[in-house]
Amino acid sequence: MRYLPLIWRNLVRKKVRTTLTIGSYGVALFLFGLLAAIQTAFNQGVEVAGVDRLVVRNKVSLIMPLPQAYRDRILQIRGVRAVTYASWFGGYYQDERNFFPQYAIDTPTFRRVYPEFSVPPSEWSAFEADQEGCVVGRQTAQKYGFKVGDRVPIVATIFGGVWEFNVRGIYDGTRQQDDLTQFWFHARYLEERRRWGKGNVGWYVVRVANPDLATPVAAALDALFANSSWETKSETEAAFAAGFVKQMGNIKLLILVIGSVVFVTLLLVTGNTMAMAVRERTGELAVLKTLGFSDRAVLGLVLAESQAYALQGGILGLVAVKLFTMRGDPTGGMLPLFYLSPAKMGLGLLAAAAVGAAAGAIPAVLAMRLRIVHALRRV
Amino acid sequence: MVRVDGNGSGDALIRMREVDKVYHRGGEVIHVLQGLNLDVEAGEFVAFMGPSGSGKTTLLNLLGGLDLPTAGTIVVDGDELSRLSGPALAAWRARHVGFIFQMYNLLPVLTAFQNVELPLLLTRLSRAERRDHVELALSLVGLADRLDHYPRQLSGGQEQRVAIARAIVADPTFLLCDEPTGDLDRRSADEVMELLSRLSAEYGKTLLMVTHDPRAAERAGALLHLDKGVLVEAGRR
Repeated sequence: MRYLPLIWRNLVRKKVRTTLTIGSYGVALFLFGLLAAIQTAFNQGVEVAGVDRLVVRNKVSLIMPLPQAYRDRILQIRGVRAVTYASWFGGYYQDERNFFPQYAIDTPTFRRVYPEFSVPPSEWSAFEADQEGCVVGRQTAQKYGFKVGDRVPIVATIFGGVWEFNVRGIYDGTRQQDDLTQFWFHARYLEERRRWGKGNVGWYVVRVANPDLATPVAAALDALFANSSWETKSETEAAFAAGFVKQMGNIKLLILVIGSVVFVTLLLVTGNTMAMAVRERTGELAVLKTLGFSDRAVLGLVLAESQAYALQGGILGLVAVKLFTMRGDPTGGMLPLFYLSPAKMGLGLLAAAAVGAAAGAIPAVLAMRLRIVHALRRV
Repeated sequence: MVRVDGNGSGDALIRMREVDKVYHRGGEVIHVLQGLNLDVEAGEFVAFMGPSGSGKTTLLNLLGGLDLPTAGTIVVDGDELSRLSGPALAAWRARHVGFIFQMYNLLPVLTAFQNVELPLLLTRLSRAERRDHVELALSLVGLADRLDHYPRQLSGGQEQRVAIARAIVADPTFLLCDEPTGDLDRRSADEVMELLSRLSAEYGKTLLMVTHDPRAAERAGALLHLDKGVLVEAGRR
């Protein structure tokens, strides 16, 4: 602590250089935070996946349906605790840019499979009682100003026409990562109005009695419908979500590569800054050693200076990106779960500190090894 | 008492025996100091004179523990410097030596107060105690009203007085002055020498000073001449 004034005075010695260096860290950490938030958004499905849930879809493709009649047969499999189903509606509100996911759900069974979503009982009852009712996630409701009692027209891109729904409830999640952008309405309403594909559903979601049963139940399910016209592919919800992300390419690798390039560049820039700072102060470091500052103390001073750049810039960048992510999804619907978790912020700060240590390491060792007699001659 | 014949009393504060310092430059071997003996008792004010390249600064570096001899021993206040490890030698410097340089060597980013406080950062003194010590040292050199001035805001003479305050603030065993007036005009040089003389006469400080300035050397109690690595007594007041 007693060396703080010395470290601080050295930091502000060249204000432009200090500002640019801290700015470099700030920009890099902003980008890190942004990439982390994007990765979180892409992994949303994996993160929110229930460990005791299986997704059962048509073996050919996710867009191919399954018969509604499968529900009772699935329920007979040992280890199955509950079954629900849903269908993708694929509509938009007023304008194609106003996209949010709409699902036709099996109302009586839905909440048994998805206990993490909460809807006030009175609102759920009103929803159940209204054939044209819908329940909207808090995020979507806020974004479009939907309130309970509103009548919302949705343009149906798959089934055709404009479908009108009555907002009967707003749902929340019990976890931060829960998706609050969905729009649920009754599968029975879809069944009644659709002109084709009656008797089919998009996919089933099965809740097993305990997570250890997930694999055998999935195998039993697929075996049950093998060699039928509608063969199934069953997998855990996490595997299903991960597979979905994979379809878009190796996002994780892409983010890792971009992040690594940014940090390596930052290391080169700040390493050069620290090297210049130490080279300029060779005489002063020699004076400190002359006065009795040990080699280790000099090493510590240079490293502390490097860390000060890193932490100030890191905090600046992370606070900025946190504020940015708090404004919500910047893509208008592609990344519904766009947020930066405290853990990722901590990781960012650690990364900044690591770059700070690496950037300061060589100059600090050179300063530590500085021979007083030689350095004083250069003053 | 100052002696250069190697027959000094055992209670000398500084004792050098048969000290050699050899530098290697390329294939060339340069003998800077050869078989040098020196005994300095506490409270002495010794001036070293000699032509450029005679080894004066090398001698000060050895006495201040900034460099080690190629051969021979240097014992200061009972500590043989060659036996001290790097960290121990740094701690020894902090405790025993006050350095005054020709170019002052103040840290430009620190105020006079902060520059003088530097040696005290290595002690266990509290902040309040450090403040008391710094203010006392700066008032002793006549700069109590310049605490918050940066070196660039001070004249050369004032900078050197801040450097003297930094050298004495931790009350070291002895002061090493390398051409303390070399970069000053006559008036400032006289002020600085007056100050060093007072430290010797009134406070009993041991001073070893390298100088080219005969007027500065006149202030010392003993004058030693160094030429071609050999030390000879040139005068005594």
